[in-house]
Amino acid sequence: MNREQALGEIIARHAGREGPLLPILHDVQRELGCVDDAVEATIAAELNLSRAEVHGVVSFYHDFHAEADDRPEVQVCRAEACKARGVEALIAGAEAAAGTRVRLSTVYCLGLCSVGPNARVGDRLHARLDTGSLKRLIESV
Amino acid sequence: MSVVRISDDALARACGADELAAAFTRAGAEVERVSSWGMHWLEPLVEVSGVGYGPATIDDVAAILDGSSDKAIGRIDQHPFIVNQQRLTFARAGRTRPLSLEDYAATGGWQGLERARAIGPEKTIEEVITSGLRGRGGAGFPAGIKWQTVAKAAAARKYVVCNADEGDSGTFADRMLMEGDPFAIIEGMAIAAHAVGAHHGYIYVRSEYPDAIGTLEAAIALSASKVAPFELEVRAGAGAYVCGEETSLLNSLEGKRGEVRAKPPLPALKGLFGCPTVVNNVLTLTAIPHIVAEGGAEEYARLGIDRSRGTKPIQIAGNVRHGGLYETAFGITLRELVYDIGGGTASGRPVKAVQVGGPLGAYIHPDQFDLPFDYEAYAAADALIGHGGVVVFDDTADMADMARFALEFCAAESCGKCTPCRIGAVRGVEIVDRIRAGGRGRDRVESLPQMHNAAKAGRGRREQVALLEDLCDTMKYGSLCALGGFTPYPVLSALRHWPADFGHSGEPENADGI
Repeated sequence: MNREQALGEIIARHAGREGPLLPILHDVQRELGCVDDAVEATIAAELNLSRAEVHGVVSFYHDFHAEADDRPEVQVCRAEACKARGVEALIAGAEAAAGTRVRLSTVYCLGLCSVGPNARVGDRLHARLDTGSLKRLIESV
Repeated sequence: MSVVRISDDALARACGADELAAAFTRAGAEVERVSSWGMHWLEPLVEVSGVGYGPATIDDVAAILDGSSDKAIGRIDQHPFIVNQQRLTFARAGRTRPLSLEDYAATGGWQGLERARAIGPEKTIEEVITSGLRGRGGAGFPAGIKWQTVAKAAAARKYVVCNADEGDSGTFADRMLMEGDPFAIIEGMAIAAHAVGAHHGYIYVRSEYPDAIGTLEAAIALSASKVAPFELEVRAGAGAYVCGEETSLLNSLEGKRGEVRAKPPLPALKGLFGCPTVVNNVLTLTAIPHIVAEGGAEEYARLGIDRSRGTKPIQIAGNVRHGGLYETAFGITLRELVYDIGGGTASGRPVKAVQVGGPLGAYIHPDQFDLPFDYEAYAAADALIGHGGVVVFDDTADMADMARFALEFCAAESCGKCTPCRIGAVRGVEIVDRIRAGGRGRDRVESLPQMHNAAKAGRGRREQVALLEDLCDTMKYGSLCALGGFTPYPVLSALRHWPADFGHSGEPENADGI
C-alpha cells in the first residue's frame, strides 16, 4: 500500500469523530513515520481546514515530526524528580553510547517519579537506571 | 498452591514485574495481576496469601514460593505505610484486578452511580457540595459548584471531560488510578454526566502513558452497558505539558493547537465545542463514587482541615527512600511526609529542598517543614499543593540550576499565547545566567556616546536579582494561565532560600534594598 492510500485509510478511519485532527496525526506519525507537507495538504483538504491550521497543530505538539527519523529512539526523563535522583550524571555516558546510531531524546516525566532515572523505548518503560544499565539499554535498541 | 499476586502497574513493569510474573508461571504458580499498593521502593512486590515480598527478582522466585525468602515484609495490609493511610480514592489499590468487573462490584463499585440515579441530579450535586470536594488537579475549585454551573446552563449538548494530562514531574496518582482502578474514573464521569445532563465524555490522557490509555480503552468497552446512555472515549495528548491546563486541553480535544483560552467565558458555560463542559481531574472524578454513595459525603466532609476537606493522594517522589502513593486527610506536615513516611533521602544525605506541586510548585526549605498540607496554608507561604507531588532533593542539588530549569521548562512548554510567559521565560533564563555570572558589563547600546543617561558601570548581581524579581512579578500577575503564572514560585523560592547557590548573599546592598 502506498502512502496516499495509507493516508486515505487513516482519514477514513476517523471520519465522523468530533475533533478528528489529533487522532489522525497520531496514526500518521505512527504509520508513516512523519507528518510532512504533502500529508498536511491532504489532511487540510479532507477536513476542510487551511494548510496553515493543520501546520499550526503539527508544529505545536512535540509528538509530531515533519521529517522521518528511522533511528531507534530512547527517551530519557530529565524532569525534576529524575534530576533529584541523579539523571544528569548519566547523560554524557548515554550520549556517548547513543552516538549517531540512536536518537536520544528528552522527555518530561514518565510518571515513575519514585524510581528514577527512567527511560522509554517504544511502549516499554525502564526504571532505576544507572550508568551501566542505561548504556546497555541504548546499545540493545 | 496459593495465588501469586503481582502488580501490572507501569512502574512495577518498568522494574521487571512482567519477567517476574513469567518466572512464577514457569515455576508452576498461578499468577494474578493486580493494581499497585503504591509502595514503590518495594516494586516489584509479590503477594502470596497476604504476605508481601519485595523488591523481588527472578532469583527470589523459588524462595518466595517455599516461604523462605528474606525479602518478606510481613502482611502487606498491616504494613505501617498502608495502615497509617486513609485510602478512599485509592481504596482498591493493590487489592483488585484492574479490569475485573467482578472485583470492582465486590468492592462497592457502581453503588455511587446507582444512588445518583436513584436520588436524581439535584440531590447528587448537593452531596458533592456537602462533601467539600475541591478540584484535585491543582486549582482547588469546589467541584460541586462547577457541576451546578454546568447543570444550570441551558444547552442541547454538554460534555464531561476528564483531565488525565498528568504532566507534573513527581506526580503519578492519576496514572496509578487509570491503570489500577479505571472503572472508578468511568463511574465518577458517569455520575457527573448524570448530574449535569451530559451524554458524551472524553478522557484526555497524555501520550507518555501508553499503559493507561490501553487499560482505559479496555475498561470503557467492558463497562459500556453499565454507564449507558453515557458514552465516553479516550483521547491521547501529543506531548504538550500546557494541555493539562483546562482550556488548552479543550482546544487540543477540538483538534487545535493547545493554546490557552482567556477566561471568561468559563468552560462550565462555553467549553468543548462551545458547549457547557465539566472539566475535572482524574483524582476529583475518582473521589466522586465514594462521596455519592450512602453516607459518603458526610464522611468526606469530616476529614481534613479548614476549607480543605477530605483526603489527598500525595505522591512521594524524587530522592526519597520510601517513595510511593500516600493518601491521607489534609493537614499532614512535610516533616511527617519526608522523614517519618518517606524515610529521608534515598542517597542517605541530608534533605536540602522539597518541591511540592510539580514543576510550578515552590521549593520548600526544611525550616518550613511544619507547614500543614492545606490549600490556604500553602498559598499563604507562597507555595502550592497543586496535584500533590512531593519531590525530595538532597544536599547535592544546585537550586540555581533548578530555578533555571523551571524557566527553561516554561520556555519550552509555553503555548505562546501570552507575552509574559512566552518571552518572560526566555528572559528569565538569561537573567539567572547573569546572576550566576555576577552581573554583566555595559552592553553595546549603553556604551554608545550619546547614551548619556545609561548606567556608567555594568549591572551588578543585585540589580539582576531585582530584575528577576520584577520579571517574576510580571509573569505571576500577567500570564493567562498557571504555566506562566506559577513558574515564578520555584524560581523565587529557590532564590529566597538558597541565595548562596546563585552566588548571592541574600542581603540587600544598601538600606534601600538596591
